[in-house]
Amino acid sequence: MDVNLETTLDKEIIEFIAACMQREHPRSYLISVLGKVQEKYGYLSRQHMHAVAHIMRIPTSRVYGVATFYHFFRLRPRGKHQISICMGTACFVKGADRVLEAFKSELGIDIGETTKDGIFSLDNTRCLGVCGLAPVVTINNQVYSQVTPQQVPELINKTLGR
Amino acid sequence: MGKILDAFMAVKKRLLDDAANTLSSAPIIIQVGSATCENAAGAQEVRREFEKLLLASGRADIFIKQTGCTGRCSREPIVGVYLPDQFPIKYEKVTVEKVQQIFQQHILGGQPVVPLILDKKTSRMYSWVVTFASLSTVETDSASRWNEKFKEHLKIHGVPEETIRSFIGGCLGLYPAGKEGNKVGMLVFPEKVVYEFGTEEDLARIIQSHFKDRKTLTSMQAEIDPLIKRFITLYGDVAFFNKQTRLTLRNSGIIDPESLKDYVANDGFEALARVLENGQPQAVIQAVILSGLRGRGGAGFPTGSKWQSAVDNPDPVKYVVCNADEGDPGAYMDRSTLEGDPFSIIHGMALGAFAIGASKGYIYVRAEYPLAIRRLEYAIRQCEDAGLLGKNILGSDFSFEIELRLGAGAFVCGEETALMLSITGRRGQPMIRPPYPTERGLWGHPTVINNVETWSNIPVIIRHGAEWFARIGTEKSKGTKVFALAGKIVNSGLVEVPMGTTLREIIYDIGGGVEKGRTLKAVQTGGPSGGCIPADLIDTPVDYDSLAAVGSIMGSGGMIVLDDEDCMVAMAKFFLEFTQDESCGKCVPCREGTLRMLEILERITAGQGMPEDLDKLERLGNLIKKTSLCGLGQSAPNPVLSALRYFRSEFEAHVLEKCCPTRKCSKLIRYEINPEKCIGCTLCARQCPVNCIEGTARKPHLVIQERCIKCGNCFAACKFEAVDRV
Repeated sequence: MDVNLETTLDKEIIEFIAACMQREHPRSYLISVLGKVQEKYGYLSRQHMHAVAHIMRIPTSRVYGVATFYHFFRLRPRGKHQISICMGTACFVKGADRVLEAFKSELGIDIGETTKDGIFSLDNTRCLGVCGLAPVVTINNQVYSQVTPQQVPELINKTLGR
Repeated sequence: MGKILDAFMAVKKRLLDDAANTLSSAPIIIQVGSATCENAAGAQEVRREFEKLLLASGRADIFIKQTGCTGRCSREPIVGVYLPDQFPIKYEKVTVEKVQQIFQQHILGGQPVVPLILDKKTSRMYSWVVTFASLSTVETDSASRWNEKFKEHLKIHGVPEETIRSFIGGCLGLYPAGKEGNKVGMLVFPEKVVYEFGTEEDLARIIQSHFKDRKTLTSMQAEIDPLIKRFITLYGDVAFFNKQTRLTLRNSGIIDPESLKDYVANDGFEALARVLENGQPQAVIQAVILSGLRGRGGAGFPTGSKWQSAVDNPDPVKYVVCNADEGDPGAYMDRSTLEGDPFSIIHGMALGAFAIGASKGYIYVRAEYPLAIRRLEYAIRQCEDAGLLGKNILGSDFSFEIELRLGAGAFVCGEETALMLSITGRRGQPMIRPPYPTERGLWGHPTVINNVETWSNIPVIIRHGAEWFARIGTEKSKGTKVFALAGKIVNSGLVEVPMGTTLREIIYDIGGGVEKGRTLKAVQTGGPSGGCIPADLIDTPVDYDSLAAVGSIMGSGGMIVLDDEDCMVAMAKFFLEFTQDESCGKCVPCREGTLRMLEILERITAGQGMPEDLDKLERLGNLIKKTSLCGLGQSAPNPVLSALRYFRSEFEAHVLEKCCPTRKCSKLIRYEINPEKCIGCTLCARQCPVNCIEGTARKPHLVIQERCIKCGNCFAACKFEAVDRV
């Protein structure tokens, strides 16, 4: 596959990779590079991974292997608003499963899915370490604490600015 | 003083010269928390409000300071107020509305707002607060006896008892009883004087002089460790902290985590400067070995021996790594240290690097902790600018740099061989040990990997001495351990106690007991690698060996309190779901075995369990433990096996009677509306997310079972107890 580097990746990312390649053990920066790409585009597309592999001179298969190994990386685009329910132990004990059910039925999607209109994505995250305020939900990186299933419609409306 | 110490003092002086807003020199300080949890609770808004009021007041002698987490998660945001010559006061659950009152009444007016004070234990303003030091259960008894005697003597001397609050506290860094006969340590506030005495005559003399004549009896004064004295001084009289001994968390909630100046002002980097001046790496290793420090990541390997084996390796290139991949759900001790005191980790790693001869270090931190990452990056940059990291540190021959590497959400990367692979940019799949990382580590060179809490202990050991450190804790588990207390507990938060403290002390004396007055069922320690400890073993002391003996592990420090409403089968399934999902897939026992175990548990919680399932779970679990490649698989069955060991009858109820005794497993319960109690208020129907409750106003309602998702909203909403969970 021909890769047009100029259009596939942002200039800023190409510069970041170039800087990494100047250092000792350049290929060890793969995870950081993929993190930058995802930060910019919201997910890792095949083209992104191929371009990274090409510039860093790493087999595409290995880039793909890394991208699929770590939970942090997403291979599909996300909705405009990202809702994540913490599934750490403290949150679980305090009823996060019921909060999750409420989000699922309110949005009509399962974990890892995006609503048809592309507005919301639903995820469960690993422990955020905010156990004292469990159960915890993050919407677009804003942390909401001690969430109850009853608050779910309100949180969704708030996110939509209604 | 030598050349290097001179250089350090110059750095310190430069940093402190413009340090108008450090605790030591400023007249009035307002401390506002700024960790992830504090921010989630609204600390940033509170801080902005204080800034607004401060600006309006035009006062130049008041300073607002951000700190890390105080560890009182359920009471956040926490605001500390320090007025000269007054008890330090911590306020809980501060909102923007409360800021006005605190500012006007306390900060400008000098009168604490009593109803808002943390835990309200200080609701009466005493003239003195007296703490008796204790270190273990035995010594608590002796400290209590002295406390009683103290009260008797107050009466004899005619000092009104209500002017003094006295209680048994942590070890205060003294060595209460034992060292020199039956001496006991006693700390008196607000004078911050420590007395050490062993006879009633001496006690009488102290009372006469201090509390009657109001003169410090210098002849009986003892030296208290400055670290602990400072902590108590800054935290004031809060029961939650009085039983704790904070070494790792010594600066969390006290210093500004984004200020090297603040860290240096509080003894920071002094240990490194002394060690460099001394120029003997072996002395550092000896101190760590003598201290008895064991790895705080969970396995408890002796840190000093690990370092020694790296030193014994002839390879000239060596690395130190900080494992900050705190993946254990329900544990957040490391996040708190990273966010609240990042410099102590850098300091510890620099000491370790000097000791083993490494010039490069990596901190591997979870991507889920964005604030911790930002603070670490900033801390590293400040240290580089000040010449405390980089080439020829403080003019010595020692060069050391630290690089940050981010994890990307893989629990298995907490395993050291997986972590190293992840640092090199690969999939984090563990490798067979040996060779251990100290033999062949990063890029084939010997590597010392310790976790956040372990590194953070190093500066304390070097600064205060191995012997001092080894006095804290038990014979085989030295020092303190931080626990993240969460779940069904009144005071959820971070707790640091000497090893050997019992679960009872942690849960009841510090944690305030089980939430909502419910009954304790079990305590889960060690997260997905650990196990549950039933309520009748609550007097188990927490140290590596005692926890292992009851079938759990110390783990990294997660401690989840479960009450009588929690289903142990569901808990076991929860942890197995986690480890199953996080299994890297490299070895068969972990990849396939945990999946089969999970299938059985899913069957059991769905009411389709078979009688032979329980034995099968046990057999499979033990097999996976014995045959898995790495620690993840070797410990994955623990939550299930320990639940089976202590709560087998609960499993049997699910399997044989197809019922969940705690009504937690949604497939084994249903919600029904009692027509006799239902008045038809329609509240439940309006709360139902799937509209499965039918009925008209003022008539009894009905749950349509086919559509019910068992969310329990109706159960929680009903004000007439008309919804039954059966």
